[in-house]
Amino acid sequence: MSRSMNGVSGAGSRTPVLIDGCRIPFQRAGTGYTDLMAYDMGRMALKGLLIRTGVDKDVVDRIVMGCVIQDVETSNVAREAALGAGFPKHVPAFTVTMACISSNQAVTSGVDLIRGGLADTIIAGGTETMSDPPIRVKRSVRKRLFEARKAKGPGDYLDLVKGLGPADLVPEAPSIAEFSTGEVMGESADKLAAMFGVSREDQDEYALLSHQRAAEAQADGRLAKELVPATVPPEFDVIDTDNVVRPDTSQEKLAGLSPAFVKPYGTVTAGNSSALTDGASAALLMSQARADADGHTPIATLRDYTFVAQDPGEELLLGPAYAIPMVLDAAGLTLDDIDVIELHEAFAGQVLAVLEALRSDTFAEEKLNRTSAVGDVDMDKLNTRGGSLSLGHPFGATGVRLVTTAANRLHEEDGQWALVSACAAGGQGHAMLIERT
Amino acid sequence: MPTTTADLQTFDLDTDLLTLTVDADGIATVTIDDPDASVNKISEDMLAAFEEVIGAVEKTPDIRGAVFISGKDNSFIAGADINMLSAFEMPADVRALSRRAHRLLARMQNLRIPTVAAINGAAMGGGLEMTLGATYRICTTHGKTKMALPEVQLGLLPGGGGTQYLPRLVGVQQALTMMLTGKNIYPRKARRIGLVDATIHPPGLHRAAVEAAKSLADGSLQIERDTQSFTEKLLESNTVSRRVIYQKAGEKAQKQARGNYPAPPKIIECVKAGMEGGLEEGLDTEARNFGDLVFTPESRALVSLFFAKQKGDKNPNAEIARPVDTLGVLGAGLMGAGIAEVSAENGADVVLKDQNIELAAGGKKHIYKAMKKKSDRRIITEFERDQIVERVTPTGDYAAFRHADVVIEAVPEDLDLKQSILKDTEAVVRDDCVYATNTSSIPISDIAAAAERPERVLGMHYFSPVGKMPLLEIVVTDETSDEAISTTYDAGLLQGKTVIVVKDGPGFYTTRILAIYMNEALLMLEEGGDVEEIDEMMKDFGFPMGPFELFDLVGIDVAAKITEVMRAHLDEEQTNISDSAATLVEAGLKGQKTEQGFYFYEPQPGKPEKKRTSFNDAVYRHFGGSNRTSFPADDVKERLGLMMVNEAIRCLEEGILNDPTDGDLGAVFGLGFPPFRGGPFRYVDQEGAGAVRARLERLERKHGGRFAPSALLTKHAENETRFHDE
Repeated sequence: MSRSMNGVSGAGSRTPVLIDGCRIPFQRAGTGYTDLMAYDMGRMALKGLLIRTGVDKDVVDRIVMGCVIQDVETSNVAREAALGAGFPKHVPAFTVTMACISSNQAVTSGVDLIRGGLADTIIAGGTETMSDPPIRVKRSVRKRLFEARKAKGPGDYLDLVKGLGPADLVPEAPSIAEFSTGEVMGESADKLAAMFGVSREDQDEYALLSHQRAAEAQADGRLAKELVPATVPPEFDVIDTDNVVRPDTSQEKLAGLSPAFVKPYGTVTAGNSSALTDGASAALLMSQARADADGHTPIATLRDYTFVAQDPGEELLLGPAYAIPMVLDAAGLTLDDIDVIELHEAFAGQVLAVLEALRSDTFAEEKLNRTSAVGDVDMDKLNTRGGSLSLGHPFGATGVRLVTTAANRLHEEDGQWALVSACAAGGQGHAMLIERT
Repeated sequence: MPTTTADLQTFDLDTDLLTLTVDADGIATVTIDDPDASVNKISEDMLAAFEEVIGAVEKTPDIRGAVFISGKDNSFIAGADINMLSAFEMPADVRALSRRAHRLLARMQNLRIPTVAAINGAAMGGGLEMTLGATYRICTTHGKTKMALPEVQLGLLPGGGGTQYLPRLVGVQQALTMMLTGKNIYPRKARRIGLVDATIHPPGLHRAAVEAAKSLADGSLQIERDTQSFTEKLLESNTVSRRVIYQKAGEKAQKQARGNYPAPPKIIECVKAGMEGGLEEGLDTEARNFGDLVFTPESRALVSLFFAKQKGDKNPNAEIARPVDTLGVLGAGLMGAGIAEVSAENGADVVLKDQNIELAAGGKKHIYKAMKKKSDRRIITEFERDQIVERVTPTGDYAAFRHADVVIEAVPEDLDLKQSILKDTEAVVRDDCVYATNTSSIPISDIAAAAERPERVLGMHYFSPVGKMPLLEIVVTDETSDEAISTTYDAGLLQGKTVIVVKDGPGFYTTRILAIYMNEALLMLEEGGDVEEIDEMMKDFGFPMGPFELFDLVGIDVAAKITEVMRAHLDEEQTNISDSAATLVEAGLKGQKTEQGFYFYEPQPGKPEKKRTSFNDAVYRHFGGSNRTSFPADDVKERLGLMMVNEAIRCLEEGILNDPTDGDLGAVFGLGFPPFRGGPFRYVDQEGAGAVRARLERLERKHGGRFAPSALLTKHAENETRFHDE
């Protein structure tokens, strides 16, 4: 397996650094942001970042945002959000989509532009509404609506409805299923957990840990540091905390839930899966030179990263197990050198399967072409403030949350190296190394 | 002699205001572009230029059609040159000008070829009248494109044929509304009412106009104007129902203007004469009335205000102003939210702070509602609404002020509170950030006494509701730096305000002259006066509301507080300060906020303003019972009006005011002093300083020393001089 790496070490003027990142509090779909568009949330996150960093809007070279479920009205949601947030009209903005690693792609697009000398100041972010996914009428009706533009008289219109049955009028909601395999993501996670021998109990236990850690971080203010409050029109109620976390959940409660995808013998439940979530995030990236010149103090340096892809039928969510060793090798590090790990939690079963794969000699030999396992992940370094299971997972916004949290944790937990990794639909994955400045 | 390039023929003209070119198809383009001004205006030179161009067109048989277009960016013709009107010496001169414009329009209309007016930007007054001579009108959809006949706002009427040709184009009712209000008509509506025949984006305007001229010339385009509604047509179809329209318009104008403004009845008279007696009779009436109106004191006063406003709208020290990109606003109440609103609406970023983010977000909600009203009415798009609202960041935290260029404090009127907030703010803001306190009565130097950097502290006195009231009174202490003044002047202009700069002192300028006026109203009540009668009389004088209605609006408690501040600084012996406001507050009567004051009020669903229901008899309990005395109207108007005027002159005398123009602007735009009187100083000039002094002396004999004429007034009376040059 050979892929080109972007490994860059040391500190040069073109080294990409992270100045700060933030997000509006994540909200369970159908709650705090239920009436907002992704554009609204993206705008709020961008404005929050502006106020927080005090960065001069005019020096921003590019704005990149991740988003998965596109609203046709705002298909380049980054541009609309940027204009809405008051960025100058001359700052280009583009939207990237790569399922759950969309805003990781936003960050690495920024990294590339800075390293390549094409930009000095980048805002990377992401936004997603799961409360209002676009619902479409069926193809049969859409086709007729398209033809209706040519219709002239009542006769033409009558012809158009001919042959349509009631079933044609039922709208289609997008499902979280693989287009190529037809498999719902929860089924893939269930399969993956089984492949790596992850039990229902292990999954519930991990989900519980995630909620407990998030609740603690919420209570002691560690989470608040990365939040900018949202005020939601039309009433402008203030939202200043995440509401996905369930501080009162327990092993018993989780054990009581039925399998959600593979029935009746599956192990993935609503309790050990990430919830449908609305939210947005944004981070300010600069070249070291620009940060120095403008007096911005970076919190971290963005180092090696990679993207990987596997068979979406077999290993849909196993990307991190491939991506993590690649970035470690590129930097000449091992898991022991890493102080902070932020791993996206799509499903507890997926997280635990990835950890199993990393510690498996067999997986290392067969899949990674290595003689021995990548290593054991120290649970005290992993997702110490909770993760997507407990904080929520607005698809397009999660990546920037991972990067921001990892950088903040390096300072609070006094570490040097952080590792960010995530899986994504389509069988893709990502990993990135971040070094404390 | 025409010169010809490729396929464009350019005419040599004596004027440099217009150019005339003709293309290969025989379509002429007249470009209006005054090389010596930023906008085109209708002047005598401009009329002569049009005459020359029309003459050239008449003499050139090759020309098949003509297009009139402006060479300015986003401005067609801004209106008549007001200086030209002011310079006329007698009505006959004005009439001659009007007649000359009429002849020009007639010549345009009688051309054997079609003409097209291509409008991008403002077409105001005489500029719009000029387009009425064209066969066809097309305007752009640009945000700056607007059309109006605003002459009424200067006490005038459209004297270039507007009163005749406009009703013939858009109907009597639409025309009367436009001419009696002077309001702007934007492209969408202009198209709907038939004021223009088509709209297009700016880059396509010239080509579209040329095409229209060509199509009109070859007959492929027939003009069909059927823009009136069924009822409009029905009402305007016969003399009898048209008479009803004139009568109703007359009654409405009378009710609003109380006979103080001569222009509206004259406008109605012109329309009636023309529609009932024919075009010639209408044009005669228009020229005659126009000539008369230019020389009325009302128009003179309104024109003087127009020039005064131009002065207030320009920062005299703009070069030393620091940029204002981010404003901090302290306090998200009605005032703070209003200040944030006008700032965000005009492009500034605003950090809106209150005790906690929830209160601050309440202020943001207020702005959202105001903007949503605009987007619902399609004045702005929903996206623009979002953009404006997103400029406002609510917070409970001072730290968010660290990037602010100016911080405006709008917290309740309490010296200790204002001082402690000033200290908290100074601790976080940049050293060059200007700190402005919005107070209507507390002396700025008292607040600035707590400041580390008093040179960056001043007062920004806004008027409620901030979104509607056009004035900003900047109050400066001896220590305030010029840079701070200039920076906040720019902030005020950005917010769309007309700015005056006054010196610190009790009540500064506006509050001081208002307080003394309101005090006099209370004294009258103590003498047995009738609340409703006095209110009516002062509205007849020309104020938008009576003094007691105003008490209820600003809050009787606020007025009582101001009385206390003023008392500490005024010679009580001389001034005779009433304690009645405090008495009423003790009785729970605070005005609109408690729904009872001098009048009763009730909330209106969906509107922020409360509705006045009836007079509150109970107030008389505090003023000697319900047996009231009727005072002669002239006495009431004089006592109240001259009290304010005399105090304004004292402010000039003491150096609170820099000049009489600021005094006029402040009284009219801040307090509603009758605009047709031009402001206190213009009023004295018009009445004569001697006459005003004599009236004050009479009042002094009758009511006491508080009416003693100010020294400066006496000086002008003795020297027979004026406050303003002619």
